[in-house]
Formats: sequence, C-alpha cells, structure tokens
Amino acid sequence: MSKRTIQHIVSTAVPLPIENIDTDQIIPARFLKATTREGFGKNLFRDWRYENDDESRPKKDFVLNNPVYGGCILVAGKNFGCGSSREHAAWALADYGFQVVVSSFFADIFKNNALNNFLLPVQVSDVFLQQLFQVIQQNPKTEIEVDLPGQYIRILATGEEERFDINPYKKECLLNSYDDIDYLLSLDEVIRAYEQSHERV
Amino acid sequence: MGKTLFDKIWDAHVVQRKEGHPDVLYIDTHFIHEVTSPQAFDGLRRRGIRVRRPDRTFATADHNVPTLNQHLPIREELSRRQVEMLTRNCEEFGIELYGLGHPFQGIVHVIGPELGITQPGMTIVCGDSHTSTHGAFGTIAFGIGTSEVEQVLATQCILQYKPRKMRITIDGQLKKGVVSKDIILYIISRISASGATGYFVEYAGSTIRSLSMEARMTICNMSIEMGARGGMIAPDETTFAYIQGRRFAPKGADWERALAYWKTLYSDPDAVFDKKLHFDAADIEPMITYGTNPGMGIKITETIPTPVQVAEKERASFERALHYMGLQPGTRLLNQPVDYVFIGSCTNSRIEDLRMVANFVKGKKKAPNVEVWVVPGSKQVEAQARKEGIDRIFEEAGFQLRGPGCSACLGMNEDKIPPGKYCVSTSNRNFEGRQGPQARTFLASPLTAAAAAITGKIVDVREFL
Repeated sequence: MSKRTIQHIVSTAVPLPIENIDTDQIIPARFLKATTREGFGKNLFRDWRYENDDESRPKKDFVLNNPVYGGCILVAGKNFGCGSSREHAAWALADYGFQVVVSSFFADIFKNNALNNFLLPVQVSDVFLQQLFQVIQQNPKTEIEVDLPGQYIRILATGEEERFDINPYKKECLLNSYDDIDYLLSLDEVIRAYEQSHERV
Repeated sequence: MGKTLFDKIWDAHVVQRKEGHPDVLYIDTHFIHEVTSPQAFDGLRRRGIRVRRPDRTFATADHNVPTLNQHLPIREELSRRQVEMLTRNCEEFGIELYGLGHPFQGIVHVIGPELGITQPGMTIVCGDSHTSTHGAFGTIAFGIGTSEVEQVLATQCILQYKPRKMRITIDGQLKKGVVSKDIILYIISRISASGATGYFVEYAGSTIRSLSMEARMTICNMSIEMGARGGMIAPDETTFAYIQGRRFAPKGADWERALAYWKTLYSDPDAVFDKKLHFDAADIEPMITYGTNPGMGIKITETIPTPVQVAEKERASFERALHYMGLQPGTRLLNQPVDYVFIGSCTNSRIEDLRMVANFVKGKKKAPNVEVWVVPGSKQVEAQARKEGIDRIFEEAGFQLRGPGCSACLGMNEDKIPPGKYCVSTSNRNFEGRQGPQARTFLASPLTAAAAAITGKIVDVREFL
C-alpha cells in the first residue's frame, strides 16, 4: 500500500441524502472482477450514475453528474455502507477522489474497510447531518473542514462544528501511515506462543 | 459475573489485549473465495511473506462461476481470470482449493459446515458478509474486507474491537407454513436494516432450539442484514449430531475431547447482554419483502405501508424503494405476478431447502409465466438431490436444476434477472440491482418461493398446505 496519511482537509462536499446506501449501490457486483485495487472509481455508484449502464448517458439528476457539486467529502444518509463486505466499495470511493465520508451511522464492515484505505468515516449526529445537507444544498461552494488530530468537523461559513469519535489506534494509523499488517507481523512471537498453548484441534 | 457465549469464545482467542488498541484475535478458520482474495495475495507477494497457516485456510470458487455447463471453461473473460487467479494463488501458497469441478465445490458458507470444517467454539472469518452463517454452530464468525483477509493470511490474526452483545429470544411453536427464513425476515422487519449495527447477536429460545442446523444457518446467515456483525446459536445435541462423522470432524478420542469443550459453550444464566429482544413465534407468518432493503418486509397478508406510516426521515428512501419496485403504497402483494423464482444462495440452498421445495412441488407444474432456477449450494447438495430423486421432481415441474454457485443472488455471474422483472428469491438481499441492473426482488422462504413458482404470482403458501 502506498504511504498515505490523513491530517486536515478543507473542501467543498457532495450531498447524497439517501439512507441505507448499500455497497451494491456504491459498486455493483459485476464490477468486482478486477484483481487489483485500482480503477474502481469509474464505476462508483454506476447504476445511479448512468442510464441503462451506458456511460454516454449520465443521469442528470444524480449528484455526481451535477457540476455544481464537487470536492473530496461525501455527505450521505444514515447507515452508509451496509450490506456486502466488499472492500471494493472503499476502493471505489477513494479512487474517485473522496477522502472523507460523513454520515450519521456507518455499517461496521464498511467502516473498517474505509479506515484500512485512508478514507475517513466521520460519524455525526442526525441534527448536524441535516445541517450539512442544508448548507451544502443552499450553497454548493460551502467549505467543510475536517480535522483528524482535533477530531472535529466544521462548516467554515457558519463556524458550526461537531466532534467525532475515532478509535485511538486507528487515528495513529491514519496520522502516521501505519499499517495493521506491519503491526501484527511485529507480534510474531506472541502469536506463536498463543498457537503453542492453544493447539487443540 | 457469568459470561455470554460470545465472551467465552472471544476471550479464548485474544492473543494480546492492550489499552487503547483493538484486541489481537486469533482466527481458527479462514475461508477464501475468488472475488475478495486476489488483492490480499498480491499484498503478501509485495511484502515477500507466506500464508502463516495454510492448513487453517480453505478456498472455493463460488461468486463468479456459471451454473450451467460447469465442465466448460468460463466464458466471461474477467470471471475466468479471477477464478484462475484463485487457483494459482492457492497453488503458490499451499492452500486447499475446492475449485470448479471438485466434488466439494460450492458456496463457501455451505461447504464449510457440510465438510465439518465449521465447529463450535471457533473463530471464523471470510471476505464475505454472510460468514455469519457459521455462527449457527456456536462460533464467532464474521465477514471482513480484503485488507483484513491479507491480515489473516499473513498472521492468522485480526485486529478487532469487541462489539456489543444482543440476545434475541424467540419462544413458542411456529405456525404451519412458517419456516426459519420467515423468522429472520420477521425479526429484520421489526428492528430494521440497521437495528443491530455494532452488535453481535445470540439467538435463543425454544423456537430456535427446535430448529435443524440448516434452519439455524438461514437465521444466522441474515444477521448482517440488520447490521449485526454476526449471529450465533449455542451448540446442542442437534449441532453435535450434525457434525459427527463429517470429513473434518474430530474422530475417536479427539471427538470426546472436543465434545466436552463444546458442551461448555453457552451463555451463563447471569451473563449480561447490552440489549435483549423477545419475540413470540405465534406472531410470525410467512414473510415477504416489498422494498429495497431486507428490513422492508411484511407478513404475506399485510399491505405495503403508506408514507404516513413511515417515519418522516425514512420517507424519501421508502418512496424511492416503491418507485424502484413499481409498487403502490397501501396495497397487498398477494396476487402480484412474478417472472422469475430463484431458489438458492448461502441463505437457502442446502439439501433441507431443496427437500422442502421438492415436497411442495411434487406432482405439480410451474406456471407458464415464470422461469424457475434451483441452484444447489454445493456439489454435495446437488449429488444428494439427485440421489433422492429431487432432480426428477424439479424436471417434471419445469424447474431448472443448475450447478452450484452464488448464481442470481448477486448479479455478478451469468445468472441475472433482467431489468424490470420481478423475482421471488430465497436469497438475502433485495437491494436495487442486486440480482441484475433494474431487477426487482421479493425475498421469501423456499416454501413461499415454491408456491410462487407453481402459481406464477405471490400467494399465501398456507392455502396450499
């Protein structure tokens, strides 16, 4: 994995006020056939983006096809990323250019997958989420600030902000480009000792 | 203080616990398939490391395989390449592969239990959210992403925070025509598609205890559809009888030792759960979904809700779902014509499911307006069905009995439901496009699916029993 970190992001945001967005919408199964992690961005939200699977016919009412909205922050409805465990969903979002996904609730597996790909899931209250939708839709140029060290998200124009949670281990990983596997490999002796004392099957 | 079943298994697998860090959890069994593993193997090669425990890793090809003409090369090039890559990776890293053509090939969550690989007290992971299926045996089993697949291949461990614990108790006798699929669709319709996010669920109660292992697997399988990381059921005599004698089951003195341990795997009476729910089996009827997530389900005789019955925040999603499905609020699904019936997937493709369907359709013929696909979960299920003459019952009814695989559950392989068509499906997800772009899915039990196949429409199966 390339060396990436997340620190401080200021960007406009893309609003997607739909609840229960499942990973089949984020990246439909028929696009999971690649054997690398790259290139999934062009099929992000494929069936919401194009008429009849035709790239020459973008659906005008879908937000990614609306030039008014842009930026590296996606703001989405409750229970984002539910369904399939496919990490391709996180790869597709990151490959498209998103660095942060904001929602009032994330599905567990998606959250882990996002964190493992330096895509920051920011969980906010329902109220703050509605505020975000409102200000972004009123003025698509609204800038949102996301600060990982301080664990806050702020609407720059109004100064309204909210703290978000992230587990301290994962925060360290994202700030310093640490990798779970390097960490686990460093525990080789502990794992071996566990295996020796537990070999039972 | 007593421990829950979940705590007992989790705590026995903690390799290292450190303040502020996720637990390092040892994984007993790792299942892999062709779709979510290639990038993980690439990662190992990039790091120059081997698979730590190939002996605890089992592979099969299921998501991408065609279900017709399985003896021929896969026609679709990308699917073929992915399946071939799994073969090459398994050869290179010394992993047992039950690939296409192997007598044990099948859906990963069907073959694990069938071969006796899945055993009580284990931790089990797979790069597939329906890994929760294995929880039916009293295991901690959950789906993981590809980065985590790489973690487990490399170290046989995974970093995990302990989830909260929920117990769902169902007591009482099931009514006629109600099967385990209806139980889980009922629960999800009550608590919603995100009602158990952040939790690991233990299913308990007299109704659960009365179920076969196949029926328990159906319930645990769909735990993820209410957001739960996994679901589990304490092992009992039904569990032990199912496992005994299977290929990878312990034998002789090992069996006795294992059994003694397995009998300690239950939640202590004073164990504390973060949340407890209770349902009465008598309230459950044959269930069907009307929308685009598994929480959008109703009893078969009920009407689809109207917007005012839906919470205001969820109204937009509700209306979007009905628009996608081409259905009207406040109407019944009964008598809704259907175009396809799919009986299969890791939820309902085991021999007991096929027997249930065969028993119902014996001597009947499918309606002319439907195409019916029956896709067994594994080569062994297929062989057993043929041995019992189930294949002939299906043939006479006009059903297609296909080869094993994930098939029309996920719109990835050749088996897709065409745009706009309605399918009664025994699978687990009714998401937009799940069974193919613009396909419309009604999730239901194998019995309800069989009745739809015979009548060509959605009916209350109880009227035919």
